[in-house]
Amino acid sequence: MPKITYIEHNGKEHVVDAEVGISVMEAAVKNMVPGIDADCGGACACATCHVYVDPAWADKVGRKEPMEESMLDFAYEPKENSRLSCQITIRKELDGLIVRLPEFQG
Amino acid sequence: MGGRIIIIGAGQAGAQAAASLRQAGYSGDILMFGAENELPYQRPPLSKAYLQGELAADRLFLRPKAFYEQQNIDLRPGVRIARIDPAAKIIVTEAGDEFAYEKLLLATGAPPRRLDCPGADLKGVHYLRTIEDSDALRPALSRGGRLVIVGAGYIGLEVAASARKAGVDVTVLEMADRVLARVAGKEISAFFEALHRAHGVDLRLGAALKGFEGQGLVEAAVLETGEKIACSAVLVGVGARPSTRLAEDAGLTLANGVWTDDHARTSDPSIYAAGDCASHPSPIYGRRMRLESVPNAIEQAKIAGANMAGGDAVYDAVPWFWSDQYDVKLQTVGVSEGADRTFIRGDVAAKKFSVWYFANGRLLAVDAVNDPAAFAASKKLIAARIPVDAKKLADPESDLKSLVP
Repeated sequence: MPKITYIEHNGKEHVVDAEVGISVMEAAVKNMVPGIDADCGGACACATCHVYVDPAWADKVGRKEPMEESMLDFAYEPKENSRLSCQITIRKELDGLIVRLPEFQG
Repeated sequence: MGGRIIIIGAGQAGAQAAASLRQAGYSGDILMFGAENELPYQRPPLSKAYLQGELAADRLFLRPKAFYEQQNIDLRPGVRIARIDPAAKIIVTEAGDEFAYEKLLLATGAPPRRLDCPGADLKGVHYLRTIEDSDALRPALSRGGRLVIVGAGYIGLEVAASARKAGVDVTVLEMADRVLARVAGKEISAFFEALHRAHGVDLRLGAALKGFEGQGLVEAAVLETGEKIACSAVLVGVGARPSTRLAEDAGLTLANGVWTDDHARTSDPSIYAAGDCASHPSPIYGRRMRLESVPNAIEQAKIAGANMAGGDAVYDAVPWFWSDQYDVKLQTVGVSEGADRTFIRGDVAAKKFSVWYFANGRLLAVDAVNDPAAFAASKKLIAARIPVDAKKLADPESDLKSLVP
């Protein structure tokens, strides 16, 4: 299973074995990574699963859809590498992916 | 604090409250009872991806089983509670087991309102609230025959979209003269009526249902006009009723649901309530409301959890909601009831626009259709009670971010 590393805002790392086909958000929730609320359960409706994708992985995770981009615009401290983790589906090629969590969601 | 906290109801609110209690540092016993046999799960996909067979059941669960174990949350699925004795501070299960509590949370939800018309108990007449309900309805999306949907609220319309996607013939019967009449303005109703008709839904407004006919299994819906609509299944989505029996029997104050104050406390200081079953005062709107939505369940349960752990948090979250139908995502912020003016921004024909609802010049609510920027901006504006710059809003070139300081 691909390994995904989540780094909390305080620097704490969580390395998770993630199932192919689920989202980066779901893998975090399943493995009890704090800091990803995902209130809407992955419907791209709430922007509470915001992560910063490590720049080395920016191309591999794929592009943001316009809906996601607009939601992120209003998230807490959006950056170029901001993504909604519910919109990134885990594939074999994402083995080693690193994402960082913002200080707040919403 | 060491006394035991009992949570009745293991839905979105119950599960959130349990997590929030631990986050707030409460280290005593947490005992959570759920009437269903599942781990706490999300209901919104039950009318959409899960109903369509695109999402496995285990992806509905809000948290893995290990979470409850690690957090020392004693989850008891499949246990119904018979009564609460608030004087003795105990609850009694239907099996007769008694459990004492120091504090109690009612998160009992709002099950669907049921029809009692002729034929309402025929097989093939469905309601939708639980995984079991969705599983029972799913075959109606793969076999032949028409699906009749009673009620053009969110459940009805989302199931209509799911059924049309599966190629099933759909008739929607709505008593009112427009869809979503209780929850959205006329512009949004008109948009969704056109959307569903364009997708082949036979939408009947102002349609009064008399009952159903069939030999054991439903075969037709009968209108007051005498017209019969042949069908192989029916979904009824005519609203929900807050589950208040336990509260009522315990002598708690009711007010369109279980009455709570702005701290999610009921009229008994040891008992809290959150989610679909509870009504609460809204500081934003200056009146009492009861909301049936996931965000309300989550936010109110956070407040209940924090306060049961000894905190002093006030429930003041902006209501919001979403619905997915076909290629349309509707996101709603606030409550539009009482609006005296609406403003439409964007392009209705292009299915990307927002309806802004005002009362006395103050922004009450926004319905955003495929327009997450309008949703996100208005959520901040209403939360912070920021007056809206009408000129900027009316300028199609202006960036909505400029409305939010």
